[in-house]
Amino acid sequence: MAKQTEIYLDNAATTRCDEEVLSAMTGAFRTDYGNPSSMHRKGFEAQQLMNSARKTLAGTLRVTPAEILFTSGGTESDNLALLGCARANARRGRHLITTSIEHAAVAKTMEALVQEGFELTVLPVDSFGLVDPSAAAEAVREDTVLISVMAVNNEIGSVQDLPAISRAVRAKKPDVLFHTDAVQAYGKVPIDVKTAGIDLLSVSGHKFHGPKGCGFLYIRKGVKLLPILYGGGQQNGLRSGTDHVPGAVGLAAAAGRAFAGQQDTMRRLEELRDGFIKEVRETTEDIRVNGPAGCLPDDGSSSFREKAAPHIVSLSFPGVRAEVLLHALEEKGIYVSAGSACSSHAAKNKPGTATLRAIGLEERYLESTIRVSLSKDTTKEELHSAACAIAELVPSLRRFQPG
Amino acid sequence: MKYEAFIIKYAEIGVKGKNRHIFEDALVQRIQHALDPVGEFRVTCIAGRLYVEARREFVYEEAIAALTCVFGVLGICPAVTIPRREHRLPDINALGEAAIRYFSEIYGPDCAKTFKVTCRRVDKSYPLDSMEVGAALGEKLLDALPSLRVDVHHPEILFHVELREQVNLFSEEIPGPGGLPTGTAGKAMLLLSGGIDSPVAGYQIARRGAQLEAVYFHAPPYTSDRAKQKVVDLAELVARFSGPIRLHIVNFTATQLAIYEKCPRDELTIIMRRCMMHIAEELALANGCIGLITGESIGQVASQTMQSLMVTDEAVHSLPVYRPLIAHDKQDIITISERIGTYETSILPYEDCCTIFVAKHPVTHPRLDIIMRHEKAIAGELDELMREAIAQEEVVTVTDSRAEGYAPL
Repeated sequence: MAKQTEIYLDNAATTRCDEEVLSAMTGAFRTDYGNPSSMHRKGFEAQQLMNSARKTLAGTLRVTPAEILFTSGGTESDNLALLGCARANARRGRHLITTSIEHAAVAKTMEALVQEGFELTVLPVDSFGLVDPSAAAEAVREDTVLISVMAVNNEIGSVQDLPAISRAVRAKKPDVLFHTDAVQAYGKVPIDVKTAGIDLLSVSGHKFHGPKGCGFLYIRKGVKLLPILYGGGQQNGLRSGTDHVPGAVGLAAAAGRAFAGQQDTMRRLEELRDGFIKEVRETTEDIRVNGPAGCLPDDGSSSFREKAAPHIVSLSFPGVRAEVLLHALEEKGIYVSAGSACSSHAAKNKPGTATLRAIGLEERYLESTIRVSLSKDTTKEELHSAACAIAELVPSLRRFQPG
Repeated sequence: MKYEAFIIKYAEIGVKGKNRHIFEDALVQRIQHALDPVGEFRVTCIAGRLYVEARREFVYEEAIAALTCVFGVLGICPAVTIPRREHRLPDINALGEAAIRYFSEIYGPDCAKTFKVTCRRVDKSYPLDSMEVGAALGEKLLDALPSLRVDVHHPEILFHVELREQVNLFSEEIPGPGGLPTGTAGKAMLLLSGGIDSPVAGYQIARRGAQLEAVYFHAPPYTSDRAKQKVVDLAELVARFSGPIRLHIVNFTATQLAIYEKCPRDELTIIMRRCMMHIAEELALANGCIGLITGESIGQVASQTMQSLMVTDEAVHSLPVYRPLIAHDKQDIITISERIGTYETSILPYEDCCTIFVAKHPVTHPRLDIIMRHEKAIAGELDELMREAIAQEEVVTVTDSRAEGYAPL
């Protein structure tokens, strides 16, 4: 069988590392391979690379380099932000707030903090996966220290109004710290750290064509954290462990590329997304588009537009098991996700994911939801092929149903 | 002091009359192969005693792990050996010192257990008889290690002293898997799913000396590459015991969908299983297998009631179907799968082709005549689809990756 072309539409799970990013990293692996902690020149040169990477990343958020902490990715950033912040501020209060559609790296960490004696309020979301700022404000108590709200949901692409949420929360209690998991947002949708009043922000490199195992946490100057890793005291003692110089270099290179054309990419992806949704709606019967992208009018006029991430499309095909559709598409060389890749390890007997349940999706949609996620490299032709494949597969899969 | 030899017990082979050497030779070879990755060992079988002697340093735990995977091994006795010096066995004082050293190192100098010395004097030229050796060593041990006590009826430690070509000292016995050496029976085709039962069934039959081939039915896109890999992994776990397994991977989707569309829904599973048995038998015959193996157990699920088994069995025409788990409770099967190390892999949550279209209420008391009538209605199509599935099978040889180079007999 001839090798079929590969159509990769699972970019919310991970992206392909850019050639340019890779070659920047190669230099850091092979030429400037020193340990920044070493006193000699080789170490100094590596340290310079770290500093320059830090500067680039700080620039993307318009913050200062000292506020960027390198980590191993989204999960570590979330863990450090929540554990570190809650523990360091435990004297001020023991109440935490989050939402019902967070990634496990936040949700599970919050659960761990509850085990440590913290109290947690979980905010509900509406059927589009959006948090009501006034509900967030209402949840704030005298002893609330931290609220964590995901910027862009990884499964249905809902974009939270972070400035509104933080304003509402701060109006009630000005010193509540605000964390956002921006793993799906960074480089994809505009984030203004300052106007949104964000204190802590998690980023992962491999979501925007950077290396896996690399990310960073923005920590606003003045925010106190306790480390979760102890050792040689690197990065001001907040994150011990030999600096991952090639990772930092790759992260910065990828970030630079993502931000250089962010506006254009966003517009282009929105267009592709809308075209794809339109085509699927026209060619396949009885489907549902989940999240804010599902109710965008064709002319794109709605103010709802900014609530939908440009790169995530969540589709339900009642009567088709998501996993089966996924594998059927895979046979055609098209890669999508069922629910979200990160939750595929979760318990099997519970169809759907926490997010899909949280937006109140009915059972028949829960187990039939796939996620198509785009990247800057996605083309119109690829999406057309995917839409055609869906149109072909869904009716035949509907013929064969269990039970 | 370190163990430098193992005495292997293999009770059942001992009664095999004139064929005995076939089994012994096979066992020696199997043990040699199993130990090859561990180190350099000499395996010999002399006068009904199977010895494993280390020629170089080795890791004890690795050797035990390898030996406990060899079918035919009933028990493993780690031993300390004392060679002859100038053709003479050590005298009773030297034996005493060795015994004291053995006890203090294996059990610790303060060991407060009861013991008994039992001596076998194969070399009848030794000046003391076995009773005298036992008594003398017991006394020396008591003198040197005062916390020990003698109990000749129910000792906690039964200390063996064998006076042969060399002296063997041993007291521990680690149970082996038992059974008969692989390759001393015939070859059989295992229907391997991703579940808990079938790897155990394969293990059980392989334990009786059978060589294994296996067939797995996959149904893309309803089952995934990961489900397939899981079955390969299970085969590899079984191969640690059975030796290499040729795994036949058959694409069952078309057959399954045809049954789905043309037969009553509640009979889907039973007809599907008949088709699987048919394909397995064809593959078995084409590959020199003289039996089929399944993990079925009476009443476990709808397709394993006695009525269903009767209907399934009828689909096989010329080979016996071995069902070693037929009378096992699920918990017993789980216990075995945990012991042989397949359980953790079996419970990985990937869909297998038996569950995807399963009816809400499948027939539990199928009648052969009715099933056959429904089957007949699409017999031509099914035959064609099954022929095609067989023709397009994928075959992989699965070997225990820890012991490359395991040579089949």
